[in-house]
Amino acid sequence: MSAPLLELSHIAKTYPGARALRGVDFDLRAGEVHALLGENGAGKSTLIKIINGVETADPGGILKVAGERVTDPSPRKMQALGIAAVYQNPTLFNELTVMENLCMGDEGLLVSWRGRRKVARELLGRLDAEIDLDRPVKELRMAEKQVLEIARALGRRARALILDEPTAALAQHEADRLLAIVEKLRAKGTAILYISHRLEEVLRIADRFTVLRDGAYIGTYPRSDVDRGRLIHMMAGRDLAELFPKEKVVLGEVVLETRGLGCSVSGLSDISLTVRRGEILGLAGLVGAGRTEFARVLFGLTPATSGDILIDGQPVSIRSVAEAVTHRLAYVPEDRKAHGVIEDLSVSDNISLTSLRRIGGTWLNEDRESELASRYSTALGIKTPSIHAAARTLSGGNQQKVALARWLATEPRVLILDEPTQGIDVGAKAEIHRLMGRLVSQGFALILISSELAELLGLADRIAVMRSGRVAGVLNAAEATRESVLQLAMEEAAA
Amino acid sequence: MKPGKRELTLAGAIVALGLLPLFGVPGFYSAGNLRNLALDNLPMLIAALGMTVVILVAEIDISIGSLFAVCGAVAGLTAKAGFPMPLVVVATVAAGAALGAVNGQLVTRARVPSIIATLAMLAILRNAIIYATGGAWIQDLPRDFQWFGLGQAAAQPAYLAAGGMLFVSGAWALRQTSAGRMFYAVGCDHEAARRVGFNPPGVVRAAFILMGALTAVAALFSFTRYPTIETSAGQGFELQVIAAVVVGGTAITGGRGGAVGTLLGVILLGMIGTVFTFLHVNPAWSKAIQGAIILLAVVSDTAVGKRTVHV
Repeated sequence: MSAPLLELSHIAKTYPGARALRGVDFDLRAGEVHALLGENGAGKSTLIKIINGVETADPGGILKVAGERVTDPSPRKMQALGIAAVYQNPTLFNELTVMENLCMGDEGLLVSWRGRRKVARELLGRLDAEIDLDRPVKELRMAEKQVLEIARALGRRARALILDEPTAALAQHEADRLLAIVEKLRAKGTAILYISHRLEEVLRIADRFTVLRDGAYIGTYPRSDVDRGRLIHMMAGRDLAELFPKEKVVLGEVVLETRGLGCSVSGLSDISLTVRRGEILGLAGLVGAGRTEFARVLFGLTPATSGDILIDGQPVSIRSVAEAVTHRLAYVPEDRKAHGVIEDLSVSDNISLTSLRRIGGTWLNEDRESELASRYSTALGIKTPSIHAAARTLSGGNQQKVALARWLATEPRVLILDEPTQGIDVGAKAEIHRLMGRLVSQGFALILISSELAELLGLADRIAVMRSGRVAGVLNAAEATRESVLQLAMEEAAA
Repeated sequence: MKPGKRELTLAGAIVALGLLPLFGVPGFYSAGNLRNLALDNLPMLIAALGMTVVILVAEIDISIGSLFAVCGAVAGLTAKAGFPMPLVVVATVAAGAALGAVNGQLVTRARVPSIIATLAMLAILRNAIIYATGGAWIQDLPRDFQWFGLGQAAAQPAYLAAGGMLFVSGAWALRQTSAGRMFYAVGCDHEAARRVGFNPPGVVRAAFILMGALTAVAALFSFTRYPTIETSAGQGFELQVIAAVVVGGTAITGGRGGAVGTLLGVILLGMIGTVFTFLHVNPAWSKAIQGAIILLAVVSDTAVGKRTVHV
């Protein structure tokens, strides 16, 4: 047999403070669909970036294309070697037409529009795709954009195609059409690395399966060796013996309830959940399952289009953040840098931002502002030289505490935490966990969104698992395991 | 090339505006008046070609009002220093390109937003001319400076032909060469452009250099019409040029538009003033209407943008 098209051995990647990959070996052959599987954060994205040449692997790893070792990979070089990637969010020229997107960059000095039309038609024809060549790309649907990206990769004579969650944003019939294209390419000898969370889909299409977990290489298996259960088991692994301190808290009455809550804009439907005083409700689900969207609906950022929100059993209307705050909800968002703290402002200004109306009348009372800031800063143990230091100078964990303090200052009853420990170090993480324990013992109700299963299993009283904008099931923390959560998160929608 | 909606709308507006002088105002359609109108707007057209490219890459250059005057001063001073006219042209265009390159470097290397970088250049260059000339007009120019020594009768058609050819070849290059399409690609998305093998910062720099060089050409077309060079010239030129490009349908967010729209934008905005003068309308009205047209163009752009985002 000839050498595999792509061969990786001992590929590792260390970021400051984190090991994203710990030695991966696998190969990709012409004419196969190879599925790459793993939970959120298992290292799939890092691996793809290394294959693309966007990231460089740690020394010692070997990357070979068609038997030749690639010593200094770069995006351009990998592309020249025939490796192309199609990302979940296509990078296309939005203002330009389909035709121009297909041909851009592949021409000589002069542009022949007639020639372009011919090339474009031929490329789309190979995929049996019918897209109007003169339409600007910004008017296309996601599925069409994805097809366009694949066609473009083929135009650049890609021998290996990496498809990163190509069906995540597609409806079922569109996904089916895409899978048909993938099968067709395989028949023509293209090597395809296929990343998808839809297990039914990869089981249907893939010839071999490589599983990653926590950056470690678990193994590569032929289709005959795997089934759904086995794949889930391998992805989940055994629970890591991580310590998540959680105080036992007596649960109180239901504070917040949603009944059949839906939002057509963000694709949520029929979400019925409750949170009680002193409870931590975990929200699990894959990226894109609708967890953050649900938080945004509760917080009035994208108001619900159907269903009810009840507080203390009373239906309330939350159509803006101001209303959410009035009903004493608080939301600490996921993207700390973009939405959580304003890095150029001082710790004090950051904390008081949500409470300006309360601490000031017409004029801001700076003494009260400082008093408020130092109270919360002390209570949460924010490590800062002064409350007047810029938030930028703080560590990730302390910035997160500032974001938390800002919302605690609104004196909420229900606190929604979206990935509160993402990207902060272990010590700070444990501190945030302890803080959450303290908050529930003081009678707060917490909704915790986390992609880290161990965190949810260790902290939450109940775990609601979301999938495709719905609640797939609610598990008691006592009965929940990594596998049962993953099982719910990945079950194929009956579409 | 199929004309877009914007081009048709503009053409319609130009025809409508062109009909007004037919009602009892003689003289507008005389050959002499049309020729003067065209010559007056030729510098704006040439600069607008450059501005189209700059706006296509999603940048802006507001320094060209001063750059225009600097180029005029360079032309005048080199001519006075005894340069033959062809060398004067080379020196002027080189000066424009070099100043454009400075703008490009500020934007791509120093990463100063182009509106700030070129605003600073607008002020710096204006003061540089005052420093260099003491604010005085440049006079006693050699005989062959005005109209390149061709005499007005011969030079006027030559200017129009040269300007027209320059514009047409620019428009052609923008549409029919890979280099031209690069500006569109970079204006749409730097990352996507990088992925197809372009070098976005280099393309942005090229846009600014082109802008500078074309501003120099515009300056030559303008200043060589007169026996003296007025160094305070070009104030507000940048805004007229940007307005014409935007009215012409080139999206201020980059990646969409083109030279045909710009040509129509220049014609429309260039005509309004003269038509109104012929109709004895208070000139303040023509300014107000120009403003309204710009506003209308931008609003219709964002309306189009919004509609497509939600599709």
